[in-house]
Amino acid sequence: MACLPLTSLETGMHGRVARIAAGHSATRRLYEMGFNTGADVVVVKNDRGPVIVGLRGHKVALGRGLAEKMLINTEQ
Amino acid sequence: MSKIIALVGNPNCGKTTLFNALTGANHHVGNWPGVTVERKEGQFRHGNEVLTIVDLPGIYSLGAFSEDEMVARDFILSGEPDVVINVVDATNIERNLYLTTQLLEMGAKVVVALNMVDEANSRKISLNTGALSRRLGVPVVPTVASKRKGLEELAEAAVSLMGLAPKRSRYHLSYGESIDAKVAELEKVVHVEGLVYPPRWVAVKLLEGDEHVLRMVEGSLSSQELENFRRVYEEVAAHSSDLPLEIVDGRYRFVHAVTSSAVRRPSEGVLTLTDRLDRVLTHRYWGLPLFALIMFAVFQLTFALGQDLLGGLVAGGVEFVGEALDGLLLRVSAPDWLRSYAAEGLIGGVGVVLEFIPLIVILYMLMGLLEDSGYMARAAYVMDNTMRAVGLQGKTFIPLIVGFGCNVPGVMAARTLENKKDRMIAILINPFMSCGAKIPIYLAFIAAFFPEQGALVMFSLYVLGILVALLMGKVLSSTLFKGDVSHFLLELPPYRTPTLRNVLRNMWDNVSGFLARAGTVIFVVVSLLWVLSALPAGVEPYGPESILGRIGSLIAPIFAPAGFGNWQAAVGLFSGIAAKEAVVATLGMVYAGVEEGIELVSALQGAFTPLTALSFLVMTLLYTPCVATLATIRKETGSAKWAVFSAFYSFAIGWVGAVLVFQVGRILGLG
Ligand SMILES: Nc1nc2c(ncn2[C@@H]2O[C@H](COP(=O)(O)OP(=O)(O)OP(=O)(O)O)[C@@H](O)[C@H]2O)c(=O)[nH]1
Ligand SMILES: [Mg+2]
Repeated sequence: MACLPLTSLETGMHGRVARIAAGHSATRRLYEMGFNTGADVVVVKNDRGPVIVGLRGHKVALGRGLAEKMLINTEQ
Repeated sequence: MSKIIALVGNPNCGKTTLFNALTGANHHVGNWPGVTVERKEGQFRHGNEVLTIVDLPGIYSLGAFSEDEMVARDFILSGEPDVVINVVDATNIERNLYLTTQLLEMGAKVVVALNMVDEANSRKISLNTGALSRRLGVPVVPTVASKRKGLEELAEAAVSLMGLAPKRSRYHLSYGESIDAKVAELEKVVHVEGLVYPPRWVAVKLLEGDEHVLRMVEGSLSSQELENFRRVYEEVAAHSSDLPLEIVDGRYRFVHAVTSSAVRRPSEGVLTLTDRLDRVLTHRYWGLPLFALIMFAVFQLTFALGQDLLGGLVAGGVEFVGEALDGLLLRVSAPDWLRSYAAEGLIGGVGVVLEFIPLIVILYMLMGLLEDSGYMARAAYVMDNTMRAVGLQGKTFIPLIVGFGCNVPGVMAARTLENKKDRMIAILINPFMSCGAKIPIYLAFIAAFFPEQGALVMFSLYVLGILVALLMGKVLSSTLFKGDVSHFLLELPPYRTPTLRNVLRNMWDNVSGFLARAGTVIFVVVSLLWVLSALPAGVEPYGPESILGRIGSLIAPIFAPAGFGNWQAAVGLFSGIAAKEAVVATLGMVYAGVEEGIELVSALQGAFTPLTALSFLVMTLLYTPCVATLATIRKETGSAKWAVFSAFYSFAIGWVGAVLVFQVGRILGLG
């Protein structure tokens, strides 16, 4: 399974959330905001500053520290 | 007692818009998550029943992370609401329904307001409300809160639920075999009297590790039951740290089953307007300069429209009223003291504050445009790197921007920050963000000394305020509030065309506060100071021998190193602690009294130089916050200590800033 941290995905790439390895409450919050296992995400912006992710047509900005801990499965 | 309806939903889904539409209230609405941070009650009539409706802060789930979320969670769990109107953003239905599942599990009587269907339509998202309603087992009413559509039907649905008993047992969401077994186990030991929630829901919350529910349960069990409960709880919840996450997954599975046939969205790939705007506004290099440019444009426009175009309007009015009032008093042969009170106190003091209203109206309308467009969240986004450099995160910038309007809501907006350190610092640095009440001070001095550079001076003061706030943020985060920099996590709502109603409402919010203060605090302060300026009997009014003059002279030497050691300035600053506009009102009054009919502008030109004017402006920008802000700091931090701290440390910083400006200016030969 090709799992990459969100920060190493390029703009426009799709994938599914495989695992989040952030702290307890941060992970929980992300899950509840819809980044649960298997959620379909698309990278809208990933250059400098927080990563912007598209999630079911909405945008969420995640600090790089957090984005690094989100592992994405890029195999379709 | 009237029945209570609670408005519950994700941040930014339109709860307050709906609340305003139903009740006719005018609470703050904005296109960013976290606008509402406290509960607000209102009434509305349906048929011949009067219902109470409660607007709440937005939440993603019932497990609260921040103060504002706790406000909502506590009210929902309090058992007070008879019916919950669950506002669901139709364009983001899956995540919104996640909260819905929790409401259903806890046995609440729910009506779903499927809001923003207009946007869902234009984004070609097709929704089958009938199917949704059947699958969820609750009424689903499509609404467009901003256009007041669907309100009747919604109220009708809510009212018809009121008489019914809650449908407790219907929701048996399955979380998979192993978790379901644990839930069943736990369910047996929490089945106690006095707990109003379905035991199954309680069990699930406990497995999620919800402390709030745990306390509730422990509080309602007898000591023997408690022992039994703890044993079972430890057993089933042991070594499974992923349990809470699996439960979230379980709920999303349920949501998916609900939406799979009822919601259809077009496959992505179309570049929306929001995408295109974001390419520019959140650009890695231009994002920040664009933010500065936007703010600068706001000030330029404010001056162009508010000062040059409308500026004379109210000033003329005040002058007219002043003359009419004096004429009237003359005709009824009112005593001299009354005439002088009217001319100096009312017109010279209170009136001078009112003259700046057109500019304030324009400024707040422009700010309202930005706020309702969706730019607010982008400003936080582009500021994240900068905030990180001082030990904070981008979201901390949002309460600071709110502080531009007034520091009271600014301090309260810090509730949305989950991290205690972020929250405390955001509260303590908020007063450096220049609030609207200081504008009359800036404008009076600008008119006297920098008439050509108005926008630039204002902009520089605002920027200086931000810089000092950041600097103090750095100091506080490396001394009193150490800790890791917290994560940035913020939803970026789609850009929306600002509605006239919202812009006007938010402007009025600020301007009405301004007017109310002019009629109360400023009025009282000015009247009080007027009396003090004429006592003891026989002294020359507004002379250094009057009580006011003596008090002022006592404080004045403190400000000598900053170049404005005159007693009038000292009294002005002191009265500004009551409310910032009082600085100008006081100066207006004391100078109006010295010389018959003298304009504040020329009086200031006589008493200050451009350099001391600058140092005075820096002082007013930074020094002790007004009492309303201090009281809010006390309330929000839960301790008077921080309010006192804020009062003194800001004073010190203001003083240092003013002295620096004056001394450096003098060395450079500007004095
Ligand atoms: N197109 C459209 N926009 C809406 C609708 N309802 C609300 N809005 C807009 O959505 C934005 C958010 O509205 P609010 O009422 O502040 O949302 P809220 O749920 O109270 O937000 P928080 O207090 O932050 O939780 C505003 O810009 C509203 O004008 C709707 O039905 N259609
Ligand atoms: Mg709201």
